[in-house]
Amino acid sequence: MARYSAWQILKQGLTGNKSWDPAWRDASPKSSYDVIIIGGGGHGLATAYYLAKNHGIFNVAVIEKGWIGGGNAGRNTTIVRSNYFMEGNTEFYEHSLKLWENLSQELNYNVMFSQRGHLNLFFTPGQRDAMIRKYNIMRLNGIDGELLDRDQLISKVPHLNYSQEARLPILGALYQGRAGTARHDAVNWGFARAASNLGVDIIQNCEVTGFISTGGRLVGVETSCGEIRAEKVGMAVAGSTSLLAHKAGLGRLPIESHKLQAFVSEPIKPFLDSVVVYGVGHGHFYISQSDKGGMVFGGNLDGYNSYAQKGNLPLYSDVASCAMNMMPALGRVKLLRQWAGIMDMSMDGSPFITKTDLDGLYLNAGWCYGGFKATPASGWCFAHTIAHDAPHDVNKLLTLDRYKTGHMLDESGHGPYPKSH
Amino acid sequence: MLRLECPVCGLRDHDEFTYLEDGSITYPKLANENQDDWFNAVYLRENPRGRHIEKWHHTFGCRTVLLVERDTLTHVIGKIKPAHPKIAAALKQPATAKKRS
Amino acid sequence: MTGSRFASGGLIDRKKPITFQYDGMPVQGFAGDTIASALMASGHQIVGRSFKYHRPRGINSAGPEESGALFTVGDNANRTPNVKGTIAEIHDGLIVRSQNAFPNVRYDLGAVNSLIAPFLTAGFYYKTFVGPFSGTRFWMIFEYFIRKAAGLGVASRDADPATYDIAHHHCDILVVGAGPSGLWTAVQLAEAGQSVMLVEQDFACGGQLLSRNNARDAAFIAEMQSRLTRAGGQIMIRTTAFGLYDGLVTGLVERVTDHLSAPHESLPREIFHIVRPQQIVLASGALERGLAFGNNDRPGVMLAHAIARYAGRFGVSAGQSCIMATSHDGTYDDALQLAEAGMKICVLDARPCYTDAQEAAKRVGLDIMFETVPVQVAGGRGVAGLEVGMCDSDGLVHSDNRMIGADVIGMSGGYSPVVNLLSHRGVKPVWDADIQAFRSGPTTEAIHVVGSADGFYDNEACLASADVAVSHILRPRRRDAETEIFRGWQTPAMPLFEINIQGRSLKSFIDPQHDVTTADIRQAHSEGFVSVEHMKRYTTLGMATDQGRMGNILGLATMAEARNMPIAESGITTFRPPFTPVSIGVLAGRSSGSDWWPTRRTPMHDAHLATGAVMMDVGYWKRAWYYPQNGETMDEAYIREAAIVRQTVGMVDVSTLGKIAIQGPDATEFLNQIYINAFAKLPVGKARYGIMLRDDGHVMDDGTTWRLSDDEYFMTTTTAQAGPVMLFLEELLQTRMTNLEVHVSSVSDYWAGIAVAGPLARQVLTGALPALDWSNNAFPFMGVQSAELKLGGAVIPFRAARISFSGERAWEIYVPADFGNAVWVHLAEHVALAGGSPYGMESLGTLRIEKGHVTGAELDGRVTLEDAGFAKMASKTKPYIGSVLRKRSGLMDESRPRLVGIFPKEKNKSFGTGAILCEPGAVSGFGKGWVTAVTHSPALGHWIGLGFVSGGYEAWKGKTVMIADPVRGATIEGEIVSPHMFDPDGGRQNG
Repeated sequence: MARYSAWQILKQGLTGNKSWDPAWRDASPKSSYDVIIIGGGGHGLATAYYLAKNHGIFNVAVIEKGWIGGGNAGRNTTIVRSNYFMEGNTEFYEHSLKLWENLSQELNYNVMFSQRGHLNLFFTPGQRDAMIRKYNIMRLNGIDGELLDRDQLISKVPHLNYSQEARLPILGALYQGRAGTARHDAVNWGFARAASNLGVDIIQNCEVTGFISTGGRLVGVETSCGEIRAEKVGMAVAGSTSLLAHKAGLGRLPIESHKLQAFVSEPIKPFLDSVVVYGVGHGHFYISQSDKGGMVFGGNLDGYNSYAQKGNLPLYSDVASCAMNMMPALGRVKLLRQWAGIMDMSMDGSPFITKTDLDGLYLNAGWCYGGFKATPASGWCFAHTIAHDAPHDVNKLLTLDRYKTGHMLDESGHGPYPKSH
Repeated sequence: MLRLECPVCGLRDHDEFTYLEDGSITYPKLANENQDDWFNAVYLRENPRGRHIEKWHHTFGCRTVLLVERDTLTHVIGKIKPAHPKIAAALKQPATAKKRS
Repeated sequence: MTGSRFASGGLIDRKKPITFQYDGMPVQGFAGDTIASALMASGHQIVGRSFKYHRPRGINSAGPEESGALFTVGDNANRTPNVKGTIAEIHDGLIVRSQNAFPNVRYDLGAVNSLIAPFLTAGFYYKTFVGPFSGTRFWMIFEYFIRKAAGLGVASRDADPATYDIAHHHCDILVVGAGPSGLWTAVQLAEAGQSVMLVEQDFACGGQLLSRNNARDAAFIAEMQSRLTRAGGQIMIRTTAFGLYDGLVTGLVERVTDHLSAPHESLPREIFHIVRPQQIVLASGALERGLAFGNNDRPGVMLAHAIARYAGRFGVSAGQSCIMATSHDGTYDDALQLAEAGMKICVLDARPCYTDAQEAAKRVGLDIMFETVPVQVAGGRGVAGLEVGMCDSDGLVHSDNRMIGADVIGMSGGYSPVVNLLSHRGVKPVWDADIQAFRSGPTTEAIHVVGSADGFYDNEACLASADVAVSHILRPRRRDAETEIFRGWQTPAMPLFEINIQGRSLKSFIDPQHDVTTADIRQAHSEGFVSVEHMKRYTTLGMATDQGRMGNILGLATMAEARNMPIAESGITTFRPPFTPVSIGVLAGRSSGSDWWPTRRTPMHDAHLATGAVMMDVGYWKRAWYYPQNGETMDEAYIREAAIVRQTVGMVDVSTLGKIAIQGPDATEFLNQIYINAFAKLPVGKARYGIMLRDDGHVMDDGTTWRLSDDEYFMTTTTAQAGPVMLFLEELLQTRMTNLEVHVSSVSDYWAGIAVAGPLARQVLTGALPALDWSNNAFPFMGVQSAELKLGGAVIPFRAARISFSGERAWEIYVPADFGNAVWVHLAEHVALAGGSPYGMESLGTLRIEKGHVTGAELDGRVTLEDAGFAKMASKTKPYIGSVLRKRSGLMDESRPRLVGIFPKEKNKSFGTGAILCEPGAVSGFGKGWVTAVTHSPALGHWIGLGFVSGGYEAWKGKTVMIADPVRGATIEGEIVSPHMFDPDGGRQNG
């Protein structure tokens, strides 16, 4: 398949754009593979890519029940950052950010990762202190992060609500300059294309309906396209993890499915350069502007278990009031579209990339609402875990049994209440 | 907006309530010292797509904890009753069963 | 196209001329005009520029489907970008600007993009700009320019000065859309006794009927409105139902003041109405769709019916000579209406002549070209003519390069029912081949679709469909044998989406705002983006501000054709809320600015302010932070306050603590189960410090609980955990501890609390509250007593406990909240006489840090009893919440960070909260611990801190710790000490 380049665009443009190849091969399932990845989201596609690229395992299928990138991979608010402070998370997300920095080159696909910077606002001294602890940990791990006082923040984003009439006046922000946003669809398509180029079969509209095991070992899956055998099966189906885990006989998992709404405004001329985020009390808000000009924003979970990819009104007001609190110029900007995704909320807010109790079955789950930024490292680590039947150092703490031994990765300190993370 | 029929207060918007958790969890007796039993109750979830029994607290109302049957896919609400058996029984008495709205 | 006003006609009020500004030019219109109709009447034809190629855009519709006529309205902080000119009404003084163009829409330098259009096709940016070197720098350089070119209007950066409101409603029936079907349904239901709300996004009722402007229709609209009002129905115009949610809850936005030149200041700009109807009638109508042919994006190419609507409703002629290209009978009414109004009309009908409507039009002399389709528009900045082609029976088009003259072209490929609101409920639209459109699929909810929203295009059929809905609503059990009502037109529409000529490459737009052409769809197909969702995302079709109303079906049809499958199988993308864009401001309502959050003030709030306190936010609460005197800084003030407490006496407002009354025969047992320590032996008249865990064994909260009688306790919680603890206790009692007879009530707001602390506290209280004996014998540490205070004629009950957070001899006094301020002032006089002063949160922090007492900074949800030094308090003889899971191996690990005190090595140095504690030579990674609190201790004379460090004090005795704070720049040496840094034996509090 021809590499993408300016030259290709020129050539195709001059000949009517009529001979572009498919971005990826739309494959039909073979009877068996070395590895099957269930779930054609960003994580699943990235896993397949890194299996082929890093581990030389080319006989791989990605099975997707709908169209690739149709789940959370194509529904998120596209923020990429690595500001985590718990051992297990910090190094994982930083590994991801490093992969992001050269992902477009790696995939020969412009994923539009734009390091526009990420501002985390604080309103009280207590909030500032807790955030400084986090950013100190980042700095000690070689990750960028800095403290901006109010004046520095004003010069960076002059149109936040600095009024002393504000219910909680903004005191400053912690800033990660290497963080930013990327184009979610491009990430999915880029990984699909690169994986397909390495021989991975991408099979859409194929739903896994069951698992086949013999002698306590998984040997394949039953699908709507028939039985497919495999040496190893990896699951990366955030939002549906519990459903498939039940089918695989893994039983109950430390996961609840919750819905998160996202919002985008009409396109406006450049209005906000950085990603701006805050969480204070029950208020939680994040916003950035897409390259098309839409303000992309969101807030809390709706707060109850759900598999419905649709939102409810109280959250509209909740999120809009957080927007108005932070940036009152947004009042006349109009909301264009709202949608929702189903999050795998884990019991401590951190994910799992791990083997399971069933030989041959591997689990990638529990991303809560932070899965997008993890995409490259998640695939990278999951591929390693599957290929070696053992985790890489970077994901060795992201296990399923950490709650049993009391090794939670609870960044928010909320405890075993998934809706609170 | 989910609309929950509180047996005490009547039909109300869900933002009057606090969602607590899966109502099908059976917590071990306090005297049970088995870590696995507690681990199962505190950390593992059935997480069904479909019928789900769950606990809601009528925080901005009567502060009753309710067991609500709800479909997690369609959000259709089924039976609702107070979690405390004595409160449920008391509300079934004819004198108090009459709904106020 | 050069539009003009007809000499007469239309629903505008020609006696009320209105002047507004458009790009600095005065434009005149009349009351009843929209921005679009007034501009068209004044001959403005290029009113916008497209997103990508900056091609000129004209007005292309007369409703919310508009994608060309978008303006920036208003000035300065009142500036609103992307306003649809086809909806917005004009008023005197209105300021309208065109957007996304430089210097203006008529001459836009951005149009240079058109020259490189062949290289900017679908997905081009995914394939380039990656750059020759690693990292993101190269892309970000290009991105800078892409971002500048993207976006439409410019939003103001000033705070929106408008107010917004949220209103709540209940009704039996919500009718969405006040066209003939909606009006008729609403009237019948209201007259049958239902409470009915009828909402209409337009500023007039009538829907389709407004386009005709004939007397009979006008009379019908007037009659329906008056009957509905008489029957108690509510009509809301300028109100859009933007989304439909669970429980049929519907979100509406009413535009209240944007159409007024001098609105009353008390009016909100918009109102967000939240309606909870029993049933919903969707009479949201249908939207016309265009056809894809060459240069169909030129200003002057419009939806066919829109031309008729501008003529009928606004008295505006879109041009002199008009071509109407169609594939169905529906366009004939429009064509005849325009011909009658005096426009030169030529109908291109893709079909041969065989229908009644065609024959009838022919009979009255309408100029019709059968089996003829538009091929390519001539003209750059407007319509100069149209090349037409012949369409044979196989649907193949042949062009003999025939041009016909016209300055305006109407196009119609049929009508698409507006099913967006049902789509919000997850109801998938289904393709109806008879009407060549998607209709709503079946729903189990109480939503009834009537009129053209369900594919009934004929007026009679619309009303008949309304009758069916009315009957279903009023007589739900009775299902009469229904006579089938005829959908669509008498003769089915011909499927016609794109005009394609073999060997010709036409620029046929399906999303004129985003510059998506049929060629882009075919490219997406060849690149494998064939799922409709992939197609949408790859080409951006349907993601413009019209949300795909103009072109979605054309795109789907093009893809279906490329895939060689029927549209019904290729599917349709999901419609997302909102139906039309909604201001972020109105969704927030009044929850912004100083009203973003509730503000909780303690009963003593005014007294703090009167004493010059600087207040701070603690959750919803406002608390006194410090009380500066004579221009003191915060540091000076808190150090003074803390020193005074240690030297004489201080008082602090503790009203924000959570207070819970725990009553009942099993109250003691309940406390035993929720606290780690035993309460069974706590005598009446005594308080005990207790710690609560979560089920997972981490510390949830701490506080004191006072035994008031055998079966009554008074529990205090931390300020932050007051709500969660109360909720948790209620949950336990109603679910897991239902055998206990205990009642809990929050009494947080009932009691105001004051702590009096310091060596002179006893003297102060003896003077101020003489009803009690405050001596050590009568009132020992952890004692609880109640009495009354006679103050200014009032008899004020109070309760007091001898407990100490500061480490000084101290009491907490609680009085009913109404007397809080009076008692505070009364005590303050006695405190002042003793040389003391009030103290705030900052010095409260100093005092507790000196003592090693923990707060939320330490108890951050990840801390165990061992970590915080509480393990010895935990009962070994009884189970309690969290007693099992706290013993998990990882939580009992000896190397976990434990609470410690921290001193700087060099006593003149300070350090910061959030610093990381590391071993010398290993200032990296995750360190060995962290600093949770820092203060300058007046008692010790230097900076001190609390924190957690691996292994605790024992492991660090005599060792140096590095206090690393790279974010703030400094790393200093420190030493680990016991957290009890001041008066470790507690002699001061017990004495």
